[in-house]
Amino acid sequence: MSIPETIPIIGASWDDVLFVLFAVVMLGSALLVVTLRDIIRSGLAMIVCFAALAGLYVLLGSPILAATQVLVYIGAISVLVLFAIMLTQTKAGPARLVFQTQWWAAAIAAIAVVVVVIGVVASTDWGAEATRLQSVTGDVARLLFSDYTLPFEAVSVLLLAAVIGGIFLAKREDRRDEAPR
Amino acid sequence: MANSLDAYLVLSGLLFATGTFGFLARRNAISMLMSIELMVNAVNLTILAFGAFLPALKDHASVIALIVITVAAAEATVGLAIVIAIFRNRRTPLVDEYDAMRQ
Repeated sequence: MSIPETIPIIGASWDDVLFVLFAVVMLGSALLVVTLRDIIRSGLAMIVCFAALAGLYVLLGSPILAATQVLVYIGAISVLVLFAIMLTQTKAGPARLVFQTQWWAAAIAAIAVVVVVIGVVASTDWGAEATRLQSVTGDVARLLFSDYTLPFEAVSVLLLAAVIGGIFLAKREDRRDEAPR
Repeated sequence: MANSLDAYLVLSGLLFATGTFGFLARRNAISMLMSIELMVNAVNLTILAFGAFLPALKDHASVIALIVITVAAAEATVGLAIVIAIFRNRRTPLVDEYDAMRQ
């Protein structure tokens, strides 16, 4: 049995339905990230947001990025954030005040960003040749290790620096009088 | 809708604005870092959307997005380490109480 091209009753294509689903899940969980009082829960909402983004990357035809998103963001960064949350929440923990006192100014700034972006998107013709392309993973790898070798190497040095810097910053300072272990 | 570049661009604009709001409005330093992650992801979505729709950018977008993800990972590591280091000194994760440089 084959899957029909469009959804039988509504007549919308599967891509559209998946796009709307992922978009709603992504924006909803992003709003939860910035509004929830309990920071652990906003960390968990962030994972949902990243997962929906991975779905959008698949829809955009680059599965390699979706896999990277799952590995790096859901697998590594989320765990790092959750650990940091658990290390820094005091018992007095969930503050009475979630936002700073000038949160309305931040809301105005965010709404201004939306207005500017939508205005620019609506008023610009992003090339008449804008058609869906399918990216092939092999081509991406060839490009990464030929044209983009310098950024690749620079990023590896940056990662090394970040690892060393992270360890140095987060390391508990040894007391002089304690015996070294 | 999934076949229009504009839909993806507006979506990532909304995500970026959500991150902006969180970064400016939240009091908790880790919440601010999570908001930065949201903004980085919005930028990545934009890059990939352009890559998926404009032939000139086809595979370059994936490579650039990969590099952006790596840099974001490094940024998250150092940022969280800094938050933990400050927390050790000040015993609070709330940024409006980090006023040592004002005094």
